[in-house]
Amino acid sequence: MIEIIELRKSLNGQLILKGINLKIAEKELVAIIGKSGVGKSVLLKHLIGLFRPDSGSIIIDGINIVKSKKEIYKIREKFGVVFQGGALFDSMSIYENVAFPLREKKRFHQKKIKDKVMQALEDVGLVGHQHKFPAEISGGMKKRVALARALVTEPSIVLFDEPTTGLDPITLNSIHMLIKKTQEKYNFTGIIISHDIPEIFNIVNTVAMLHDGVIVEIGSPDEIKVSKNPVVRQFITGNIEGPIQVFT
Amino acid sequence: MNYIEKIGNKAIIVLNSIGGMCLFLINAFFYIFIPPLKFRLILKQIRFFGNKSLVVILLTGAFTGMVLGLQVFYTLRKFGSEALLGPAVALSLVRELGPVLSALMVTGRAGSALTAEIGIMRITEQIDAIIAMALNPIRYLIVPNIVAAIIVFPLLGAIFNLVGIYSGYIVGVKMLGLSKGTYFGQIENFLTMEDIRIGTIKSLFFGLLVAWICCWKGYTAKYGAEGVSKATTEAVVLSSIMILILDYFIGTIFL
Repeated sequence: MIEIIELRKSLNGQLILKGINLKIAEKELVAIIGKSGVGKSVLLKHLIGLFRPDSGSIIIDGINIVKSKKEIYKIREKFGVVFQGGALFDSMSIYENVAFPLREKKRFHQKKIKDKVMQALEDVGLVGHQHKFPAEISGGMKKRVALARALVTEPSIVLFDEPTTGLDPITLNSIHMLIKKTQEKYNFTGIIISHDIPEIFNIVNTVAMLHDGVIVEIGSPDEIKVSKNPVVRQFITGNIEGPIQVFT
Repeated sequence: MNYIEKIGNKAIIVLNSIGGMCLFLINAFFYIFIPPLKFRLILKQIRFFGNKSLVVILLTGAFTGMVLGLQVFYTLRKFGSEALLGPAVALSLVRELGPVLSALMVTGRAGSALTAEIGIMRITEQIDAIIAMALNPIRYLIVPNIVAAIIVFPLLGAIFNLVGIYSGYIVGVKMLGLSKGTYFGQIENFLTMEDIRIGTIKSLFFGLLVAWICCWKGYTAKYGAEGVSKATTEAVVLSSIMILILDYFIGTIFL
């Protein structure tokens, strides 16, 4: 269970998060949508302690990670993160990238590491590519490697920071299906930052819309689709006229 | 008032940066002594600093020794003291030029690459990925570089000295006609272990300094490719200046 209470954060003197309140149940798949630059990634990075809030609380499995720096290290053990650009280590092969968290965090034998890495690569359809380097693979494959690396330690919470940015519609849908499939297999709680409207509605249980530093609407995909909130309506229809300022 | 505010703001930024750098180094030293030390990564970085800088060191060492041999020979001849060419070349190299020039060369070759690599890791969220895995990036990225640089700089300095002294020999003995026995015999008479110790201490400090500055600049790089390029330039310039400043102070202490 993740609970975010009145989370506020300023960056370079600008108030980005103005009091975020959000509850995410265990094993739920949640999409956070909103215009570029509203602070979705900033919110995500608070959950793993890459940012510390100005005020507010983030309670993960009953522990307020804002209060204690020590707790954040324990909590990070529960997370897997798929970064926007993949954040793969350039100097390592795909196999080494996926094996990295296992080698460094768990005291497994080489054989067990190999089994787990190959299983993770099989889950994302990358068996046979393990010897390639990140520079040698496509954008879609990088996202899948990032997903495999996030899943290999079997985390209970996985964060996805725009996992489909820059992908063609077919690869985009295949990544979405992969997220859904792996979520069902590994039973993790997933938080996805996404701009993929309406595709993202097909895989998540809940959608939260972030606008002007607060969550303006939260509900199931079907509820969001018929929302009367003008901000949500404008965003999901992609209308350039409405309460969301297009050029600021 | 506005002018004073600007100076104050600038001073705060500079002090913040110095404070950040000091905490960064303390943090890195802390993890040097807290196991597990990443030996594989240290070996990799020893190769990165050492093996890959060897050609540059050999070339610069050779030509520095040759220039020294040539210039010092003509200067000493004015005083009728050509016999002291060997010790003059050896002392200049071992106490000063070896540690300083080899450090400057490694800064240009490996220091800049190190800043760029860590900077790219910063802007492509690779460092964030390490943190998100509940791992410490200082242990993985910074400690191996600092340990490797402290090991490699004195070795490269020694190679630079050796090549330089032999190059001075080629110019002084083979080209200008000084006797072989005089060149090496006088080195034995004048070059002491104390001189070698001072040169080695300088190289140790230069290694620490270059790794520290280059890692810090890369680790705090910002704003895309331009930020990495700026960090790389700053790292090389700051390291080079600090090498010369530190050289003076170490020289003063041990004179």
